Amino acid sequence: MKPILIRGARLIDPAAGTEAAGDLLIVDRQIAAVGPGLAAPDGAEIVEAAGLVLAPGLIDAGVFRTDVEAAVAGGITSVLLMPDQSPPLDDPALIERAERLGKPRLWVRPLAAATRGLNGRELAELSLMKEAGAVAVATGRQAIADAQVMLRLLRYAAGLGLVVIAHAECPFLTAGAAATDTETATRLGLPAAPAAAEAIQIARDLRLAREAGAPLHIACVSTAEGVELIRAARAEGQDVTAGTAPAYALLSDTALAGYRSFARLSPPLRGEADRLAVREGLADGSISILASRHDPRTQEDKRLPFADAAPGAAGSATLLALGLNLVHDGLISLPRLLALLSANPAARFGLPGGALLPGAPADLLLFDSGAPWRIDADRLPGRAGNTPFDGLPVQGRVRLLLKGGERLA
Amino acid sequence: MHPWEISFLLDEAEQWAQAGRRARKHDDRLKGLTQINAFFENSTRTLLSFEIAGKRLGADVVNLAAGASSLKKGETLLDTALTLNAMQPDVIVIRHESSGAVALIAEKVDCPVLNAGDGRHEHPTQALLDALTIRRRKGRLEGLTVAICGDILHSRVARSNFHLLSAMGAEVRAVAPPTLMPTDVERLGAQPFTDMEKGLKGADVVMMLRLQLERMDGAYVPSTREYFRTFGLTRERLAAAGDDVLVLHPGPMNRGVEIESAVADDIQRSAISEQVEMGVAVRMACLDVLTRKRRGEWQ
Repeated sequence: MKPILIRGARLIDPAAGTEAAGDLLIVDRQIAAVGPGLAAPDGAEIVEAAGLVLAPGLIDAGVFRTDVEAAVAGGITSVLLMPDQSPPLDDPALIERAERLGKPRLWVRPLAAATRGLNGRELAELSLMKEAGAVAVATGRQAIADAQVMLRLLRYAAGLGLVVIAHAECPFLTAGAAATDTETATRLGLPAAPAAAEAIQIARDLRLAREAGAPLHIACVSTAEGVELIRAARAEGQDVTAGTAPAYALLSDTALAGYRSFARLSPPLRGEADRLAVREGLADGSISILASRHDPRTQEDKRLPFADAAPGAAGSATLLALGLNLVHDGLISLPRLLALLSANPAARFGLPGGALLPGAPADLLLFDSGAPWRIDADRLPGRAGNTPFDGLPVQGRVRLLLKGGERLA
Repeated sequence: MHPWEISFLLDEAEQWAQAGRRARKHDDRLKGLTQINAFFENSTRTLLSFEIAGKRLGADVVNLAAGASSLKKGETLLDTALTLNAMQPDVIVIRHESSGAVALIAEKVDCPVLNAGDGRHEHPTQALLDALTIRRRKGRLEGLTVAICGDILHSRVARSNFHLLSAMGAEVRAVAPPTLMPTDVERLGAQPFTDMEKGLKGADVVMMLRLQLERMDGAYVPSTREYFRTFGLTRERLAAAGDDVLVLHPGPMNRGVEIESAVADDIQRSAISEQVEMGVAVRMACLDVLTRKRRGEWQ
């Protein structure tokens, strides 16, 4: 393979928190050198990158489908695959198979289903799945209702050194609900659950994790109370992290107007105060991971009355651009965004990547943070265009994406 | 809808109400037009009311009943809508159990669509017939105090009435146990009450809502017996409310659950039968007005 020299880029290493103008040299699929004024070896391919940002490939810490095209378009080189597959990832063989699905263009890091068939009752074979390549344990789209099972799961997973990724919505309160209980839901006449369904579940899981002395990651925080609980627990030194998705920082439940089923998400979109609190959580570090929760749905699943439509939105292809929205708004810095999108999930789940270090695999993203485009649901790459952001003008285009030194985009 | 639109429809309906009491009720202005009543949720009185309204106007009325529809065979709602559309109807009347379903279908068809009730969202012709009944009995809507009582959470009738009555300047109250009161109901123009006596005090009109008996399952209320004791409309409660109170109910009634028989049958106060009569008149007005453009009567 020819060496590649990327020249004159704005190099951002989110793991180190450093930012500098300079060059990066790739030899034998690895980062060989980083710094200013690097000399090009014989026969090297030169990429002129003035005005562009060079960063580690993004790690999307929570997708529901292996969708290589969408991931590549979004600057993603690695995804954490939720166990909610068909069949659920509750067996070592299924973990191994899932891991192979993205090859050679995407690292798929499977998450082990916490319970058999995600039934919420019997523990799945977590140790065997870890050996097979599972990087963490997840409860999937649903919380585990039974506190006894959750406590044992946390204890058992902690013994294996696995983080438990929990869905935080009280399943009893949200049974049958399609929206958050707000004025919008009342006006639209939608079955709704109070936003407190999230805080109730987070509070329980935080307490159980403390009881078990176990690390916990809340997959997607979407409410003010939820953010506050995470903030307080972290301040007390508990080993807890939280993620969210761009929709919860950028949209509130007013997006449901007209019964737009593309805005039916899980958890559901919240009120405006909750949206602002999620932004604050991203700004102050209470929320340390931004994930796409990519969940492509077919027309058959979405072209239905709102409450009958399947929840979930496509998100991989728009992850970088929507994340940059937070930077352009002045909410967070660009290095901080890239940490949310790579270094933080790498650190939390013990994955390679997230840094620009010599010797590391050359999973790299070169992008233009200012390039404008408009999200067009019909033209999104990958499996489906079910985005609640259709028509939104955004900035940020991938110019080059490398995985192991191979050019993907 | 704007107040002038509501008043216009009520005035139109008033004429049909008067015509409906004559021996010759028929009018052929919709002759040759096809009206499809697509009821994806079971209904007896609303379907019948729309059918009679269409027939009195001379339309060719066809009913699609939920049980017979191909939805049961797995066809999607939108495919059914396109099928209906391909039959070139001139107006489609739709009832569906999901909020927003009628709007979804309306986007896909070429003719006017009348909402005959969608989920918990809206039931506009019911609110119009309620308003017409009130206006005939009380002479006005503005300034009246209307107490809507019962299962407001699940009620499209209540939501449509909040919109209409508050637009027309009435004072609207929502009276319900806390478990059946929707969030932020005051933002829809209704003042919430969880005490029946307080909610009824000084009311000019009391609108009772049906309590669906399956609500006991969801832990909304403990029993019909307890519900009747706390929220049932009895003669005593009504007497305490005021002298000249008008009682409405969209039907079908659960006697002894939300309303006492003696109140329902009190011809001085109950306008429940008149509501059914006004239902036909209001639906005739809506069918007439919605098809005027097709009939070339509007530019």
